[in-house]
Amino acid sequence: MISITDDIIIRTVSRVLIPFIQVYALYVIMHGHHSPGGGFQGGVILGASFILYLITHGLEEAKERMSELKAGLLSTFGILLYSGIGLLCLIMGRNYLDYGGLSTLLKVIPAQARSLGILGIEIGVGIAVMGVMFSVFFDISTGGILPEDEEDLGVNR
Amino acid sequence: MIVAFDFILLLFVIICAIAAISVKDLLSAVYILGAYSFFMCLLWAEMGAVDVAFTEASVSAGIGTVLLIAAVSKTKRRSKD
Repeated sequence: MISITDDIIIRTVSRVLIPFIQVYALYVIMHGHHSPGGGFQGGVILGASFILYLITHGLEEAKERMSELKAGLLSTFGILLYSGIGLLCLIMGRNYLDYGGLSTLLKVIPAQARSLGILGIEIGVGIAVMGVMFSVFFDISTGGILPEDEEDLGVNR
Repeated sequence: MIVAFDFILLLFVIICAIAAISVKDLLSAVYILGAYSFFMCLLWAEMGAVDVAFTEASVSAGIGTVLLIAAVSKTKRRSKD
């Protein structure tokens, strides 16, 4: 399924479209706390742009931009960002994910600290969802067997 | 919120749901499920739940369809039953 396509229309349209999809995904993530959207939806759209790159440009070319290892690392980094902000609030003497405690750390008023805190959470969720969506698609479409493994194991598909 | 519009969308949702489980070709079932998701998304947006509609459009109609097509490409295309 994921082999390079020689159709110039598909390659060109995907190459033109992917930056716009990614900018839209970043917009959805950044405006998630005062408009529809948020980390989850933005992360899904960001993951969809990488999936589009994978199915149009093939496994070899997509590996330079986003590999399974990178997707796994990014998803764990997103969860780390989420729980890190929550624990930072805990360290500052508030409840878990009570962003008002970040106001002394960021040197802003509590209301602004709450806005910035939820933005950090949205970014963490977005990165985690993007990595997970990419790796789920990667695992389903390859069946867990990569081309280099096939050469080593002699697996016929 | 227009009640008649609600019922028209609900009718399309039910038609798509029945078609998706009764069609024999699995790839067609995936496409119809994508259409079902988009009608569901329109219904959510029409009823004022824009955030839910956004989630439905991106997750179910976007990624869900892609994942199901990837899964169908790994199996036989025809359903046995």
